[in-house]
Amino acid sequence: MQVKGTEIFVKALKEEGVDILFGYPGGQAIDLFDALYDQNEIEVIMPRHEQALVHAADGYARSTGKVGVCLVTSGPGATNLVTGIATANYDSVPLVCFTGQVPQNLLGNDAFQEVDIVGITRSICKYAVTVRDRLELPRIIKEAFYIARTGRPGPVVVDLPKDVQQAMGSDEYPSEVSIRSYKPNEGVHMGQIKRAITILNKAKKPLFLIGGGVNIAHANKEMTKLVDITGVPIITTIMGKGAISTKHPLYMGNIGIHGSYAANHAVSECDVLFSIGTRFNDRITGKISEFAKNATIIHIDIDSASISKNIAVDIPIVADAKLAIEKLIELVVPVKAGEWVEQVRGWKEKYPINMDKHNGMTPEKIIRTINDMYKNLIVVTDVGQNQLWTTQYIELDENKQLLTSGGLGTMGYGFPAAIGAKLGNPKKDVICITGDGGMQMNIQEMATAVAMELPLIICIFNNGYLGNVRQWQEMFYNKRYSSTCLRYRKSCNRDCGNCNKACPKYTPDFIKLAESYDAYGIRVTKEEEIVNAFLYANSNKEGPTIIEFIIEREVNVLPMVPGGKPLNEMILDC
Amino acid sequence: MTNNSIIKKRWISLYVENQIGVLAKISGLFSGKSYNLDSLTVGETEDSTISRMTIGVTSDDITFEQIKKQLNRSIEVIKVVDITDIPINMKEILYVKISFCTEKDKEEIFRIAQVFDLKIVDYNKNTILIESLQTEVKNNDIIKLLNNVFINRLEVVRGGSVAIEAISMTDR
Repeated sequence: MQVKGTEIFVKALKEEGVDILFGYPGGQAIDLFDALYDQNEIEVIMPRHEQALVHAADGYARSTGKVGVCLVTSGPGATNLVTGIATANYDSVPLVCFTGQVPQNLLGNDAFQEVDIVGITRSICKYAVTVRDRLELPRIIKEAFYIARTGRPGPVVVDLPKDVQQAMGSDEYPSEVSIRSYKPNEGVHMGQIKRAITILNKAKKPLFLIGGGVNIAHANKEMTKLVDITGVPIITTIMGKGAISTKHPLYMGNIGIHGSYAANHAVSECDVLFSIGTRFNDRITGKISEFAKNATIIHIDIDSASISKNIAVDIPIVADAKLAIEKLIELVVPVKAGEWVEQVRGWKEKYPINMDKHNGMTPEKIIRTINDMYKNLIVVTDVGQNQLWTTQYIELDENKQLLTSGGLGTMGYGFPAAIGAKLGNPKKDVICITGDGGMQMNIQEMATAVAMELPLIICIFNNGYLGNVRQWQEMFYNKRYSSTCLRYRKSCNRDCGNCNKACPKYTPDFIKLAESYDAYGIRVTKEEEIVNAFLYANSNKEGPTIIEFIIEREVNVLPMVPGGKPLNEMILDC
Repeated sequence: MTNNSIIKKRWISLYVENQIGVLAKISGLFSGKSYNLDSLTVGETEDSTISRMTIGVTSDDITFEQIKKQLNRSIEVIKVVDITDIPINMKEILYVKISFCTEKDKEEIFRIAQVFDLKIVDYNKNTILIESLQTEVKNNDIIKLLNNVFINRLEVVRGGSVAIEAISMTDR
């Protein structure tokens, strides 16, 4: 049967098991939206801005493991996706982003709302393609989903000129896919696995370093088993947090510039570093020449380009984390490293991360309350101090998941991603932890959350600053708070240096803002009010609740490794 | 892994899908990641759906490894062959136009052409067009020599190297 391009598009989504599509219409996507109007299998969610739309699809994808699907119009609709595509690309999130495009007879003519979105996104996505022939449309969509979810997952852009959408063609959607230039690695090199185990068994100070790859591969159970059998201590990157329960006796915390003392010292002193699914990004390595200086490094990653990119690796293993860990489990034995385990555990006990020196309501106390009150939870952070505190204090296990923009560090990610996570997991509690800066980057999504009747909780850590940059300015730029005060008014003294009672009123009033969206908002200023605020939010099942925590204005995220320093040279207090 | 940081010239033969945008993707990879791209040629192969590129880069070992991996992970790349240290046949086309030639100049150019195996493909009263089909290194030498003799009178265009693996192992 001959059908329009838009019809095969809808059929393709159904065949791919898409149940939610994040879409924002426009002139060159109107036919596609029209085709979606007549069906009920795919729910179309309309966020209020395309950037939030792609973050929502990202949050949906990370939290469900399914491919997130976006549909936007050409030109500005497409360019508004850019930040979200780059965010997903960095953190290996499977997305398929469909963009409307002007008809091919206008391509290259600088037509209204024409942009070369494939050219724009080429370096920030896994694959980008313009469909130039209706004949190719089913195959290209099939390939797009396949490329997005296999290997190292990532975003794929499919640009759909309007004439292709309207053209008639076959209604058949392929069931098989074969791309000669794309064959994701499906096996595990057993020789390398055995070599790795031999080295691990000889280690006196072995250490697992786990990145986001283990979470993406859903290898959490296997990872726990591997740690249980070997008895080797484990540290994670922030993307890897949750790969094993944070309460596990061998879990020593996060590594990195805001990592734990125990984790950073363990990696600096270990003799075998067994890393899985990490890119050795500069945020975790500190000074590269000092990183794991004495260690033989084993590295498992699905992406061969991540191996020996930043850190030279002794035993490279290109494989899916889950497959590789399963093979490891079959062969590993307990490693005799009792003394070392005690040493690392000693560090962990002696130098815990806390905010004890601050009185009253601290981010730590808020996050620990969340730990105590919620058992089945997805926490989504924004970027900045709110994110770093969350990665330090949140407890994760098999029922709790953390979503955060680790690679690109995208402010404005948290709230829309939480919407996507809630849509994909209606039965889970979803809490967004954000700052007053990041919340304002996609604040319009209050409308989406209200419209979709999503009972999610938005915790705004309000300190009236772009806190993370302010912290750097305090520590390394002589307290010159250049463009970081969110309470600033033109009439202020620029070099006020500090906040005081005379500061202008903060804009916006988040409680009134919530009300204006027909949502609830509650302001918390004292430690004693934290629990009640969450109880209040829990009782609201009809829509989102904002909890605005007025936190101390100048609190820093500590410990911290200053730029360019080795990981074990940490600032513990200042 | 040894930390070998010898910077040298390297060659890649790259098989890619013959599609719109692939050249931009590959060249963009080099610029985006600050790899030192010396030359890149591309053309269709015996299979019209496949293009083959010959890419010359100057880099150290670690960067070169990363370049090959980054190329490999590009969806449109079918095969990456490192031809730096294997027997290959490689040539580059070079045209040099020399202007304001006197009779004496012309005689000199003909002598140079004879010694360096260059072809005179066109000329008129005072301009000569030379064609050279040599290795990139040899073409560099020829340009250097001509530049010394005919300062500010050269117009140079070169095509970038094209390479194929040798059949006989001793051919280079």
